Amino acid sequence: MKHPGEFALNRRDLVAGASACTALTVMPLTARAEAPIADRAVKTPVSLTINGRRHDLELDTRTSLLDAVREHAHLTGSKKGCDHGQCGACTMIVGGRRINSCLTLAIMHQGDEITTIEGLGKPDALHPMQAAFIKHDGYQCGFCTPGQICSGVAVLDEIKAGIPSHVTADLTAASEVTASEIRERMSGNICRCGAYSNIVDAMTEVAGRRA
Amino acid sequence: MKFDTPAAQNPIDRLTVIGKATDRIDGPYKTTGTAPYAYDWHDPALKPAYGFVLGAGIAKGRIRSMDLSAAKAAPGVIAVVTAESAGQLGKGQYNTAPLLGGPEIAHYHQAVALVVAEGFEQARAAAALIKVDYDAAKGTFDLAAAKDSAKPAKIMKDPGDTAVGDFEAAYAKAPVRVEETYTTPDEAHAMMEPHASIASWEGDKVTLWTSNQMIDWSVGDVAKTLGMPKDKVRLISPFIGGGFGGKLFIRSDVILAALGAKAAGRPVKVALTRPLMFNNTVHRPATIQRIRIGANKDGTITAIGHESWSGNLPGGRPEAAVSQTRLLYAGANRMTATRLATLDLPEGNAMRAPGEAPGLMALEIAMDEVAERLGMDPVQLRMLNDTQVDPEKPDRPFSKRELIACLREGGERFSWSKRVATPGQVRDGRWRVGMGVAAAFRNNQLMTSGARIRLGPDGTVTVETDMTDIGTGTYTIIGQTAAEMMGVPLDKVTVRLGDSSFPVSSGSGGQWGANSSTSGVYAACMKLREAVVQKLGLPAADAVFADGEVRSGGKSVKLAQAASAGEIVVEDAIEFEGLAKKYQQSTFGAHFVEVGVDAATAEIRVRRMLAVCAAGRILNPKSARSQVIGAMTMGVGAALMEELAVDKTRGFFVNHDLAGYEVPVHADIPHQEVVFLDEVDPISSPMKAKGVGELGICGVGAAIANAVYNATGIRVRDYPITLDKLLERMPDAA
Repeated sequence: MKHPGEFALNRRDLVAGASACTALTVMPLTARAEAPIADRAVKTPVSLTINGRRHDLELDTRTSLLDAVREHAHLTGSKKGCDHGQCGACTMIVGGRRINSCLTLAIMHQGDEITTIEGLGKPDALHPMQAAFIKHDGYQCGFCTPGQICSGVAVLDEIKAGIPSHVTADLTAASEVTASEIRERMSGNICRCGAYSNIVDAMTEVAGRRA
Repeated sequence: MKFDTPAAQNPIDRLTVIGKATDRIDGPYKTTGTAPYAYDWHDPALKPAYGFVLGAGIAKGRIRSMDLSAAKAAPGVIAVVTAESAGQLGKGQYNTAPLLGGPEIAHYHQAVALVVAEGFEQARAAAALIKVDYDAAKGTFDLAAAKDSAKPAKIMKDPGDTAVGDFEAAYAKAPVRVEETYTTPDEAHAMMEPHASIASWEGDKVTLWTSNQMIDWSVGDVAKTLGMPKDKVRLISPFIGGGFGGKLFIRSDVILAALGAKAAGRPVKVALTRPLMFNNTVHRPATIQRIRIGANKDGTITAIGHESWSGNLPGGRPEAAVSQTRLLYAGANRMTATRLATLDLPEGNAMRAPGEAPGLMALEIAMDEVAERLGMDPVQLRMLNDTQVDPEKPDRPFSKRELIACLREGGERFSWSKRVATPGQVRDGRWRVGMGVAAAFRNNQLMTSGARIRLGPDGTVTVETDMTDIGTGTYTIIGQTAAEMMGVPLDKVTVRLGDSSFPVSSGSGGQWGANSSTSGVYAACMKLREAVVQKLGLPAADAVFADGEVRSGGKSVKLAQAASAGEIVVEDAIEFEGLAKKYQQSTFGAHFVEVGVDAATAEIRVRRMLAVCAAGRILNPKSARSQVIGAMTMGVGAALMEELAVDKTRGFFVNHDLAGYEVPVHADIPHQEVVFLDEVDPISSPMKAKGVGELGICGVGAAIANAVYNATGIRVRDYPITLDKLLERMPDAA
C-alpha cells in the first residue's frame, strides 16, 4: 500500500524557492517561463509548523490552510469534504484548538503550530484515540475519520479545560464527558456512513482511560 | 467455479476467522490519514495540474456561445476543455445524460467546461471568467404535475406491472381497507468524499486514480465515452470515501480529468466541488406511492396493491418502490404498477437500497394503518401475514426467511409490550413518547466475482481483485476468507483491491459485494488448495489447511513449502447459476424505534433504535453491525430531514450543499442496537452469507414515522417528517 507520506516535499525545490523568495517574484520550478506577471504577484511565502516540522511554502494568497497542507506540504490525511466549513473532514488542531482548515487562509497562519491527523500517530504507533476508533469501528469509508479523530482529541481537551457547550447544564461546574456532551460537541463532524454510535463509544473509552 | 447446488460442509464452516468480530485491517491507515483516496495521490512523477469544473446555469436548452477568452488568458491557465474542443464523445452504458454538456444542456449543473491551471486557486478563478450565453428551454420539473403523463416502465428486466388473482374485486370486498398516498422526496447520497479523479496519459493509455464502486463497469464506460479500447484504460480506486450508489458509475470528474490531461499534456486532478455534486451527479428520485391493502377482520391480508410514480431524464429508469411489495407479505390478490414521468431534473439513479428504501417508507406506514384499523398489534399483523414462499409463485420457496423471529426477538428486547397502542398517551417531561415498528426487507443479489491468489515462499497469501471497499469492510472480510481457506492467521494475508489490472469482481452495490466477492475468493482459494496438495504430493481428499500447515494422509507439511520453489498464483471466479430462480433469496429484519416529540415545539428526537437482522452468515459481526447502524442513521435522515428542494421554475435542487441538505449529525443519533440472528444460508453461496449493507435502511424510516404517530396521533405521509408538518395538529401541550 502506497502512502502519501512517501511523497515528502522535495528539499531541493524547497531550498531553491526559499532563496529566491526575498524578491517576491519567485517562480516555482514547474512554472512556465512565459507566465504573466499577475501569476507571480499573488504568491507569497508562508511558513507553517506542521506536526512539529517547519514547512516553508510559496503559496497563492488564496490558498486555504487545508490546501496548503494537502496540496503543498503533501500531507493528505486531512480531507476536503465540502470546502465550506459544513462537514468537518478538514479539522486540524491549530494552537491547541480545532478548526475547519478549509475556512481559513494559509497566510493567516504564519508560524502557527498545526497538528493534523498524521501528527497524532502512525499506523505502527497509534494515538489512543486512533486505537479506540479501530477497536470500536468508529468509521466506515474513513474519509471523515481524520477530522473526527482530530475533533475528538480536541473535544476531550475542551471538556477538561471547562469550556461549556450548548448542552452543559451547569456553566459554573466542571464539565463532564457524557454522551450528550460528546454528541453536541462533535456535531460539526459529519459521518455519512453513520458511525456516530461507535465514535461516541470510542471517545468515551479514551476519556475514561484519561480520567 | 459454478455455484449451482446448495453448499455442503466446506472449509469456511470451521469459523476460526470468519464469523469473528474483527478489527478492520485497513483501520491503521484510515485512522492515521495514510489511506490514499482519489485526490490524495502525490506521486512526485505525476505533478498534476488542477482542473475545475463549470456547471451549466440552466436546466434545459442550448449553449448559444461560450466566451473563453478571459479564462484562457487568466494567470496559470493551461487549457480549457468544452464539448466543442473535446470533439465527439460517446455516452457510457450506465449514464443517462452526457457527462460533458453542450451545446445541448440536459440538466442543471451538467458540466460544460473544465479549466486546467497550474494551481487550484487559479483554475477556480478562471472558471468564474467563462461567459456562457444560454438559450434556455422550458422544462418539466414537478413530479406531481407530471404524474398523469407518466408511462408504464419496466424495473430492470422485470415487468413494471404485476398482477396475481383479482386485486380490484378482493379489495372491494375486504371488510377492512386502507388506501393512502405517500410521498418521498428527492434525496442525495451526500457521501463525504466528493467525486474525484487524477488522470495521467502515457501514449494512448490512460490511468485514472478515482473513487468508484464498480471498477469494470466504469473502465467500460470510460472507454466507451472516450472512444478507446477498454484495455487502454486503467482505473485505480483502493479507497472510496463513501458511495451509497452515487459512485456505481463514472461521473464528469473522470471524463474531464482524462480530457483535461490530454489537452494539458500532463496529469490533471479534478474534484467536484460540494455545491456541484447535488445537481451534477445523481440522486434518489422522489416518489408518489399509492397503497391499497384489504384484510379480513382477523388480520389476514386478502388484497395488496402498490403503485409508484417517479420521474427521470429521457432514457432514465424508474425508482422501483413497489419491488418489496411483491414478496414481503402473503395475500392471494395482488398488484403493483410502476409509472415513469419525464423530468428535466438531474439524473435519478441508485441510492442505498434503491426501490426498497422509499418503498418500505410507504408500505410499512400502510401496514401500521391497517393494524390500527384492525385494532391489532402491528407486530402481530406482520407475523400473521408472513409467507415462506414467493406469493406470486407459491412453488418457489424463500431460501431462508426469519422475519417472524426478527420481530419476536426485537419485540422482546425493545420491551414492545410496554407500547401503548392508543397514540398520544405517553409523556416523559416535555416529551411525548412513542414507539414504532417496521419490517426490513432487501433481496440478496448475486454477481459473478473473480480473484487472484498468490501463495508466497514465506507462506503469506495475497489476494488481488478489482473489488472495492466503500466503507463496508471488504478488505477485512476478504482477508478473513483467505485466512480461513488457507489455514493461516489474518496477518499473513495481504488484500489488494480496486485496481482494474486485477480480476473482475462483483464490485460494491446492491448489498451484493460481501457475499459475492468473498465467494470469488473462496473459489480461487479452492483452486490454490488443489495446487498446494498437488505440489506437496499429498492426497487431496482429506486435506486440512490449518495453523499454517497442510495435513493429509497422516502427514503434516508447512503451507509455505508448497511455494518454496516459487510463488504459486491461481485465479478463479464464482458464477451463480440456477438457485436464484428456484429459490427466492432475500434478507430480513425488524426495526424498533422510540421517539420523543417536544410537546410544545414538535421537535422530534430519536431516543432508541434497535434492528434485528436475519441475513445469512455474518462474516465479520463488527463491520456488519457498522453497516446496519450506518444504514439506520441514513434512515433517520430520510425520515426526519433529508429533502432536495426542487426549484420547479428553474429546475434544480436548491439546497445543494451540506448546510442546506441536512443529513444526521452526532446529536441526532442515539446509541443504536443491532442483533444478528444466527442464520446460515447454503443456497446463497459457499460462504452461506447474504448481503447486509442495505438491509439496515429498509423500513427504518417507516418505523420512525410510526413512532411519531404513536407519540402524537399525527400521521404524516409526506417525508421528511419535519416539525412544521406536526405543529398545527399537535395535541395540547398541557
